[in-house]
Order: sequence, then C-alpha cells, then structure tokens
Amino acid sequence: MQQSEKNELTALRRDIAKRRRWDVIFGLIGLGATLIGVIVLFALFTDLVLDGYRHVVQEEFYFNFPSRRPERAGIYSAWVGTALVMIVTFLAAAPLGVAAAVYLEEYAPKNWLTELIEINVTNLAAVPSIVYGLLALGLFVYILDFGQSILTAGLTLALMILPVVIVATREALRAIPQHIKEAAYALGATRWQVVSDHLVPYASGGILTGVIIGMARAIGETAPVITIGALTFIAFLPPMPFAGDPPAGPFDWLFSPFTVLPIQMFNWLSRPQSEFHSLAAGVGIVIIVATLLMNGLAIWLRYRIRRNLTW
Amino acid sequence: MTAEPSHCASLPEGHVTHTRARNVKERLIETALFLAAFSAVATTVAIVAILLYEGWSFFQHVSLVEFLTHTQWTPLFEKAEYGVLPLIAGTFTISAIAVLVAIPLGLMVAIYLSEFASHRVRETVKPFLELLEGVPTIVYGYFALLFVTPLLQKIIPGLPGFNMLSPGIVIGIMITPYVASVSEDAMRAVPMAMREASYAMGATRFQTAMKVVLPAAISGVVAAFILGISRAVGETMVVAIAAGQQPNFTFDPREHAATITAYIVQVAMGDLPHGSIGYQSIFAVGLVLVVITLFFNVIGQYVRRRWREAY
Repeated sequence: MQQSEKNELTALRRDIAKRRRWDVIFGLIGLGATLIGVIVLFALFTDLVLDGYRHVVQEEFYFNFPSRRPERAGIYSAWVGTALVMIVTFLAAAPLGVAAAVYLEEYAPKNWLTELIEINVTNLAAVPSIVYGLLALGLFVYILDFGQSILTAGLTLALMILPVVIVATREALRAIPQHIKEAAYALGATRWQVVSDHLVPYASGGILTGVIIGMARAIGETAPVITIGALTFIAFLPPMPFAGDPPAGPFDWLFSPFTVLPIQMFNWLSRPQSEFHSLAAGVGIVIIVATLLMNGLAIWLRYRIRRNLTW
Repeated sequence: MTAEPSHCASLPEGHVTHTRARNVKERLIETALFLAAFSAVATTVAIVAILLYEGWSFFQHVSLVEFLTHTQWTPLFEKAEYGVLPLIAGTFTISAIAVLVAIPLGLMVAIYLSEFASHRVRETVKPFLELLEGVPTIVYGYFALLFVTPLLQKIIPGLPGFNMLSPGIVIGIMITPYVASVSEDAMRAVPMAMREASYAMGATRFQTAMKVVLPAAISGVVAAFILGISRAVGETMVVAIAAGQQPNFTFDPREHAATITAYIVQVAMGDLPHGSIGYQSIFAVGLVLVVITLFFNVIGQYVRRRWREAY
C-alpha cells in the first residue's frame, strides 16, 4: 500500500518536472525566435555598412550626379528629388489626413456613409503599395496630365500614407478627455471652435508622430514611384522650389522629371558589376539612416508627450 | 450646439446676424471635412475604375480564357502570349515560402513576448522588431540578392543567382514582426483572470499559453496570419531584385521566376507607349493582384470580427 502510494508520488513528480522542463525549453525557443529578428537586423546593417561605408564618408558621394563610371557616381539628384517629393507628400497628406480624422472622430453621424468611409480607410491601409503606383500612372500621369513629375510622385505617396495619418490622428483625438470638450461647449463654443482651438492643438504631438511615421515609410518606398515611370538616370537638379518668376515659375519644380533615393539604389542594384552594388549599399545606408532618424524622432516625441501629459 | 435666433429676441440685431454667419461657416467647414474623409472612398473607387478601364481594353485583345489558362507570359515579345499562370505560380510559390517562415516564427515570438518574457525583455526587444518592420523593402531586396542568396548557395550547391527561395525567406522575415505584433495584441487582450484561473489549477506557463490563451485569442492570431499572407502577395521590390524578373511556370523554389508585382515593375522600367497592349497588361495583372489581396483582407477582417470571443 505504502509502496504504491510512493510510486504514484514519484510518477507525479516526474510528470511535473517534465512539464516544468517544457516551460524552460519553450522559453528558450521563444527567446531564440525573437532573437532571430535582432540578429537579422544586425546582419543587414553590418552587410550594408561593410559594403557601402567608403562611399558614405565621402563628400563627393552627396554632390555628384549618377554616372556610368562608378568611382564618379553620386546621389545629388536622388536626395534632392527625395526631399522635394517629401515636401509635396507632407503638404498633401498632413492636412487631408487630419481633416479626415477630425471628421470621423468629431462630426461623423452614425450611418452607412460613415461606415463605408471607415471600411475604406481600413482596406486602403492593406492595399499593396504598387497598386497606388498603377492608380497614379492611370490617373495623375495620363488623365490629369501631371506627367512623370515630382507632383505625381508626391501625391501618390501622400495617398499611400493617408491611412497612417488618419489612424494616428484619430488615436490622438480620442486620448483627449471628454471634459475638455464639454467645458468648451459649455462656454458656447461652436464645433469648429472646439476642434481648432482645443482638440487639434492638444492632439498635435500625436498627429505629428503619425505624420512622421508615414513620411518615414514614404521615403523608402520604391514600387509606386517606379510604376509612375520615374527616370533612373537624372544628371541635373529640378528647379528650386518657389525660386522662379511668377506666375508659372515658382511651381516649375512640381512638374520636373526627377529621381529618388530608392530608385537610384534599385538602378545600381540591377547592374551586374560589384562596384555599383557597393554604391547601392551606400544609398541603402543613407535611406536607412533617414528612416531611422524619422522613426526615432517619432518614438521620442511619443515618449515625451506621454510623460508631459497632465490634463 | 446651434443657438436658435428666434429664441434670442432680447439680444441685439447684430448678434443674430453674427450667429447666422457663424452657422454658415460651421456648415462650410463640416462639408470640407466630410470631403476630406470621403477621399478615402474616392481613392478606392479611382483604383477600381482605373484598373477596370485599362483592364477592359486589355481584354478586348486577349480573351479571358487565354489569360487564365495559357502557361506562357511574354507580352513584350514579338510573338506575344498572355497566360497569367506563370506570374500567379511565382507569386504563390514565393508567398508560400514567406508564410512558412513568418507563421511559425511570428507565432513563437508572439507567445514568448506575451506569456513568457519579463517586462524588461519585452521593452528591450520590441523596438528592434519595430525597426525591422520599418526597414524599407528595397534594402531587404539588397539583403536577399547579396547576402541571403550567396549564403544559400553555400548550403544548396548549384542554386542560381536568381531564385525564389531567397526572396521568399527574406519576405518571411520581413512580415514576421507584423504577424507577431498583431498576434501578440490579440493574446494580450485575453483577460488576466483566465490566466490566473489556469495557474491556480496548477498549469504551467506553457500549458496556459497553449491551452488557454492561444485558443482564446485564436481569431486575432488567424487574422494576423491571413493579413500577413496578403502582405507577402503584394510585396514587390524584394522579388523584383532577387527573383530574376523572368516569368517561369514552376513551383520549384530553386528556380528563377517573376511575380505579378515584379512584372509591373519590369514594364514600368521600360518605356512602353501609353495605350499599347503591354501598358494595358500591367493593369490587367494589377486587377488580379487587387482581387487576391482583397480576398485575403476581407477574410482576415471577417475572421477577426466573427470569431472573436468577447470577454
């Protein structure tokens, strides 16, 4: 009798030990799986830096035009193009996205139309980016006749990041306590006065974070910009913004042909020679650093806002 | 919020007109905000309209039966063939590899971060995963072509420089953070009381994770998988760089191939005249791409909403 009880007890202990072991084993497997991501990230950076380092540290790399001779090639036209396209993207996406979010959060009645808009915002976030390129090719390039220009590229990327801006703005608006709104209304403010004097200013940090994250995505985006037919070999700069004579001059830059950093990288990557691959790595570093700086800024802003938030 | 002018008889005349002007202004602003929100719907409609319009012209020249059943895709050759199956085969194979990498890896990361990792580990690792998600796809293309492919060539002798395995694996790693973060959100939404009940019964962490938390969060986890598949299908640059851009009707991951997205890039890089059948063909395959991704997105959203266990 006592013997069998003892056996049962050891069996139970063994069982428990086995299950405990599984706990440890899975903990290690899970940690390993998670570390794969970190390792890949590290490998990717190391590979890029080893290959592209010597270009990134040279000043000429930033102020030479692309060239058939790799030792003379640079990214002058590409980074200027990226900067100009980003200006257009920002000017289009920020106001449109914030306005849409304000409507959905503060004005929209509960009806089928609002539901339809919500469904569309969700679905647009999941549309592959190259499809935006097809839309832009058909609509902006040919129907609206903007051509393969900075304006077309900027608007395309703006449409692409619109869902990001809308979602971030809505979250920021929702985080504002109800009593602030009620206090403003109680003093007789109209809806727009509440929105423009209170809600948008208080949400501005969150909105800015969303816009920056969206722009960080747009800066490295290649597929839609290739699809609209951006040129890969540009050895001149577009006219400087707002520099020409009115009436048409100041906006010449919008309709100029252009190239951007990711397209320059793709172009160099498509060539067989390894000298061009190392140039591609150089551009890759520049793109990643730009993306990281923007994402880092967004994370820092979010952190700061959270810490300073006292209603 | 609107003051009725008729109720303000005791107020001076100026106040009434002021209120009326204010109401008009409020109305105008509300309309403008509505239009901004409605731009989401307009974008969707524009995408569908452009794809259908150009796709329609394409199907005037090519029968739908040929498009869907022929096994050659050579629209740019002298003797053009328009069978979309090779592109679909390439898309399918690469997405399948990506999913085989991303689902187990993403799920393990999610379970680990949600159930096993200490607060400190989670806070340290999550920014890295966010960074991994923020790396531009063109940089992943570089990584696939110049790091992963040479590595694979050492393991699999005779692997060609362009193959489907390398971009498949890289896309898998690329979408892992997405799959992991959506799954983790679903698992963390499971109420603490359920875990506590399980622990109180003597279950280990692993048992609680697999038998209580995962089943309770299954709708969100499955939705994460499906949305991950949709991302893999729409991914463009990695494939365009590392898979070789040559349509090839095969499911063998060691061979080169083109996907729907890579074909669009290839055509857009060339200089096809507007209105030619080659130009129209990218909208026809774009339509196929949108149908496939939309299918997965709708199922993903449906699963997330329908199977959700509400606590």
